[in-house]
Amino acid sequence: MNPFRPPSLSLRFIPVWRRNFLVWRKLAIPSILGNLADPMIYMLGFGYGLGSLLPEVGGLPYITFIAAGAVCFSTMNAATFEALYSAFARMQVQKTWDAILNAPLALDDVLLAELVWAAAKAALSGAAILAVAAALGLVASPLALWVLPLVFLAGLTFAALGLVVTALAPSYDFFMYYFTLFITPMALLSGVFFPVEQLPAALRAVSAVLPLSHAVQVARPLFSGEVPQAAALHIVVLAGYAVAAFWLALGLARRRLLK
Amino acid sequence: METLSVAGLRKSYGDTAVLQGLTFELRPGECYGLLGPNGAGKTTTLRCALGLTAPDAGTIRLAGLPVPERAREARLRVGIVPQMDNLDPDFTVAENLLVYGRYFGLDDAAVRARIPQLLEFAGLAGRAEVKINTLSGGMKRRLTLARALVNDPDLLFLDEPTTGLDPQARHLIWERLKQLLQQGKTVLLTTHFMDEAERLCHRLAIMDRGRFIAEGSPREVIAAHIEPEVVEVYGEPGGAPAGPPQGGAANDLEQAQPANDRHPLSREGGRGDGRPVSAAEWARAEAAQYATRVEITGETAFCYLTESRPLLRHLADRHGLRYLHRPANLEDVFLKLTGRDLRD
Ligand SMILES: Nc1ncnc2c1ncn2[C@@H]1O[C@H](COP(=O)(O)OP(=O)(O)OP(=O)(O)O)[C@@H](O)[C@H]1O
Ligand SMILES: [Mg+2]
Repeated sequence: MNPFRPPSLSLRFIPVWRRNFLVWRKLAIPSILGNLADPMIYMLGFGYGLGSLLPEVGGLPYITFIAAGAVCFSTMNAATFEALYSAFARMQVQKTWDAILNAPLALDDVLLAELVWAAAKAALSGAAILAVAAALGLVASPLALWVLPLVFLAGLTFAALGLVVTALAPSYDFFMYYFTLFITPMALLSGVFFPVEQLPAALRAVSAVLPLSHAVQVARPLFSGEVPQAAALHIVVLAGYAVAAFWLALGLARRRLLK
Repeated sequence: METLSVAGLRKSYGDTAVLQGLTFELRPGECYGLLGPNGAGKTTTLRCALGLTAPDAGTIRLAGLPVPERAREARLRVGIVPQMDNLDPDFTVAENLLVYGRYFGLDDAAVRARIPQLLEFAGLAGRAEVKINTLSGGMKRRLTLARALVNDPDLLFLDEPTTGLDPQARHLIWERLKQLLQQGKTVLLTTHFMDEAERLCHRLAIMDRGRFIAEGSPREVIAAHIEPEVVEVYGEPGGAPAGPPQGGAANDLEQAQPANDRHPLSREGGRGDGRPVSAAEWARAEAAQYATRVEITGETAFCYLTESRPLLRHLADRHGLRYLHRPANLEDVFLKLTGRDLRD
């Protein structure tokens, strides 16, 4: 059977998702704090620290500008960590996936569960930053609530990309490449910390295809109480990345585990 | 009830042919053993049968369904104890069972109701709330067996269920497997312990390099492949001084043999006269006249024979040789068919 045959999706993923949820529930508080500390420091540190030295950035006070970026950045990080380190532990170290595959579940169910789980965790992380930003008065209107489905979608995208890396990884060390070659540059090129317009044309072209940049372009207007332009395009790009990456990750995982 | 049938199963990894045309079938209610040295292909056979890897050729039916096409559904009726424990380390004993039951679509209430019974069966009563990493290896293995029963399967696949366990734990697992067989379950078992296979398996196959080299009931396999009796002959260690067979000599004998091979007929040969005697030299020069077949490994000669009296009489007069006389067992067949060399 061709390992890259289409995924077969079903609700059978739910018990696997609940397994991850049950583990998380035991460690929820430290896990949430761990997920939030980093983006919060970026947002508050840069926002107020750097922001006090800057005039408006992209037509907004810097703290408002960076809050929208931090939500997306935090979502990306949470999804990526879960899909890399945690999923790898379950796949390779604890052999949790092997145990599940001995039950009447398929690898498709396991990967879908990992995808939705990482996205859910990521969305929670994005939502928490949104809540803090709202509490600080950085959100203009209830329109910002549309950020919630956005961060879930972005979570799916970054989780799917992360699962591709996990399915290829020989060990944890491999993940450093993904961070230094992909995640960190993407964070700098996607308009999280400064407007993309500041970049030279070549880098702007790169930025235009990065998923994080599409997420930011939807989130930032929503924070300012505006309907994002070309929202449909951004959504389609994020969803396209998610579908393609999930398919690839599943094919690679089948090739690796079911050989 | 349909169990497992496999025909013409082939599988290669790269250039290595790991399974080279296996055909076998489990009869309902039997315990079928797969024996073979490390790397023989036992685990690969199980993985193919469960649809966890696609064979290069051959047909497999599990619980009435074609595998790998409908393996996922077939596994609804199967319980699996994998070679390596893969319990969930983040969970308690009870949570492991509960979560595993959900994978079978069982609702929490149904599984919760079964947990005390499953733990009782596994000798883990009262440990429901214990964390996995505080369990001993034997307890983990038993919990893995309990987990394999969570769906009340008709068929059980056990890949080396007792490897690494102490005798107490091993006996408990044997007892439980016998109980499960009595309940009418069908068991496919792999093991490296010949006594385990002799005890539990109605039928077994000895496999090597991906091929079956013997199949049948333990008695049939022994009768078909080896002489009924064995005399193991050892030299007096380091030319031990003469003396009655007590203390040191007796201990040496125990060390040389696994405990279950001890036999009332084991005896010191002639009293040593202080001269070191090599069993290997003796065997090369003289054993052939008494035994059908002689195998020499290091300082032990294994004499396989149908009529042992002449050899025993000869040994009784030999000074400096000790021996152990016993019926041939599955281990003798296994070593004869698969050789005495290490595999990895
Ligand atoms: N995924 C794999 N990729 C490559 N080779 C493999 C793979 N799985 C098994 N093999 C090889 O196939 C052969 C049979 O392995 P298998 O695990 O089935 O043996 P086994 O009889 O279960 O051995 P053991 O008693 O050590 O468990 C071995 O040579 C092993 O190295
Ligand atoms: Mg094995």
